[in-house]
Amino acid sequence: MFEQLESRLSDAFKTIRGLSQLTDANMADALREVRLALLDADVNQDVVKSFIEKIRKEFAGEKVHKALNPAQQVVKIVHDELVQLLGGRQSGITMNPKGPTIILMTGLQGSGKTTTTAKLSLHLKKEGYRPMMVSADVYRPAARDQLTILGQQLQIPVHHPAELADPVKICKSAIKALKDEKANVLLVDTAGRLQIDDSLMVELEKIKKEIAPSEVLFVADAMTGQQAADVAKEFHRRVTITGVILTKLDGDARGGAALSIKSVVGAPVKFTGIGEKLEQFEVFHPDRMAQRILGMGDLLSLIEKAQDASDEKEAEALGKKMAAGDFDLNDFMKQLKMVKKMGPLDQLMGMLPGMKVAKDAKIDDGELKKVESIINSMTKEERRNHQVINAGRKIRIADGSGAQVSDVNRLLKQFSQMKLVMKSIKKGGMPGMPPMRGRPGL
Amino acid sequence: MADTKEGLFARLKSGLAKTHNALVGKIAAITGRVHLDDELLEELEYALIAADTGMPTTMELIDQLKAAVKKKELTSVDEVRPFLTKRIQAMLTVPPKGASGGKPHVILMTGVNGAGKTTTIGKLSALYAAEGKSVLLAAADTFRAAAIEQLAEWGKRTGADLVRHAAGSDPSAVAFDAMKAGIARGKDFIIIDTAGRLHTRNNLMEEMKKIRRIIDRELPGAPHETLLVVDGSTGQNAINQVKEFNRSVPLTGIVITKLDGTSKGGAVIGIVNETKIPIRYIGVGESIEDLQPFDPALFSEALLQ
Repeated sequence: MFEQLESRLSDAFKTIRGLSQLTDANMADALREVRLALLDADVNQDVVKSFIEKIRKEFAGEKVHKALNPAQQVVKIVHDELVQLLGGRQSGITMNPKGPTIILMTGLQGSGKTTTTAKLSLHLKKEGYRPMMVSADVYRPAARDQLTILGQQLQIPVHHPAELADPVKICKSAIKALKDEKANVLLVDTAGRLQIDDSLMVELEKIKKEIAPSEVLFVADAMTGQQAADVAKEFHRRVTITGVILTKLDGDARGGAALSIKSVVGAPVKFTGIGEKLEQFEVFHPDRMAQRILGMGDLLSLIEKAQDASDEKEAEALGKKMAAGDFDLNDFMKQLKMVKKMGPLDQLMGMLPGMKVAKDAKIDDGELKKVESIINSMTKEERRNHQVINAGRKIRIADGSGAQVSDVNRLLKQFSQMKLVMKSIKKGGMPGMPPMRGRPGL
Repeated sequence: MADTKEGLFARLKSGLAKTHNALVGKIAAITGRVHLDDELLEELEYALIAADTGMPTTMELIDQLKAAVKKKELTSVDEVRPFLTKRIQAMLTVPPKGASGGKPHVILMTGVNGAGKTTTIGKLSALYAAEGKSVLLAAADTFRAAAIEQLAEWGKRTGADLVRHAAGSDPSAVAFDAMKAGIARGKDFIIIDTAGRLHTRNNLMEEMKKIRRIIDRELPGAPHETLLVVDGSTGQNAINQVKEFNRSVPLTGIVITKLDGTSKGGAVIGIVNETKIPIRYIGVGESIEDLQPFDPALFSEALLQ
């Protein structure tokens, strides 16, 4: 996400880069570009206006910093303001110290409330809480079944009083059931509703009054347009939003909605949904996001993912082998599997600085699979020592893996190059990325 | 569907009330002015962008206005609204795609997660049932929990047959069975639901291609319609969605849902203008009658008049 905004901003600053001094005129040019980029990224128009105003003031008050060139200076100001706008420091779920914590999930239809309810439950369970879920969505066909199935998959209890059809009564009964389930967090999924649907908004107010939640989370689709601000404002007026979860961030939406909602409602974005799998859920990092917007990449997230996915001992063993130049195709395969565990490749690429092109290069997990199947079609000896692979063997491997001989050649060439690089690096650290076909700019 | 043209217009107008008020409110404020000057055009630009029309389309409209002013085709502020209505209608009018007829007439539904595919299918099924047609629904969203149950409920409500497999099974296999069953039972319509997928996910787009291939193999020329369902509150990403989906499975039309909740109906204009793919239906409310066949003239009038 944010790639477009990122590239637009870089473009804006390109015109300034190299100049020794910022004048009112070229600052106006840059701000115009920032404005267009933000609008194009779906940031609400009024939010854009005040953002630009703030930047302009900030800039006017700022003394020219000798250490920075003008472009860096503008980037710094925009970056700091973006972090500010996105929510300052990160914040998790506020727990109720006196009793069970109740979390109310709200949002428009199709924003991803039910999936997000399950994802947040899993996140809390991993943190050591004992969550329980309940669906107060009596309107969408099979909505309650959906939550029940997700609960089964995650082994998290779901309260499902099928005989009740009144959302408020369902919530009441769920609170009573908390003790039996020995749960200390209750997540209440609600029906999607339009902010203009008065009767449903009144229902939401009633639910809130009944359950007195510690958190009212607004689930928002990252693809939402100018509308995001109005919708959030109305939900906030009705039930006072305490936090926002941004979903579908794995798409290519520019995500301006995040900026709009935060600045209109004031509640921080707390989490993000970044994929279809239930564990693809992350704490939101405003500073990292802002860095990413400005083309600085998101290396911290990447490193965290690597740490999550890799077995420390295994990584160390691999590192030693790399250093000793004893790295064979078996190790290469292990490394591939680690990378795969980290998540879809294109998503990882998006986090690397200067990797905006990756999206167009169409890198996806299919490539990884191909490489894997080629290695799987090799004999033990071939994997141990790739130099024995001659033309005849290549044909056999290609046949066995459904690939072309040219694919096998490419893989072997990349592997040899990788070995060369490794030799020149004395120590191995975190599992690196294997060289991939069509991966420009590295 | 005994709705008269006036009835349709009334529904459309009330569904688009929010966009209408936002847009016309701003234009009305402008029309209080005497001169057709740059300031006026700038405010108009602001109004269009705020309605999610998108930069390229907004610029195009503003340029057309400027040109008309220059050529003295537009001389007074009062003419701005009719002029825009006409231009927007022209932008929205693109040649239809897809094939009419076909027995059974096969409709493949696709879109990102949460756009409203299953609900739209339910409403379409009800529309066809009301016309006395027989419908078969295919639950090829085998991914999302309870998606099959949701479609089954719609089948029950509208009296349509349902072809389903177990959750997690191959969606192409569901499509295959649905084609076989629909043809054998002599159905008028087969509507195929698919799992929501983001257009950036290569493997899921490949899956979509495969589903389409299977349909075409079982009944050459099918699907007669491939509809992309887009959430009306989506911003500029909608255009990416249309382009990417169209690259994988050639789209014959777009369904825009949930337009009643948004004051940003301008997205419709941007989508058609930038992709040239026609809007087939728009959803302007919860009820079945609120899913309307799209009419560029009616829409632009409801939006601006």
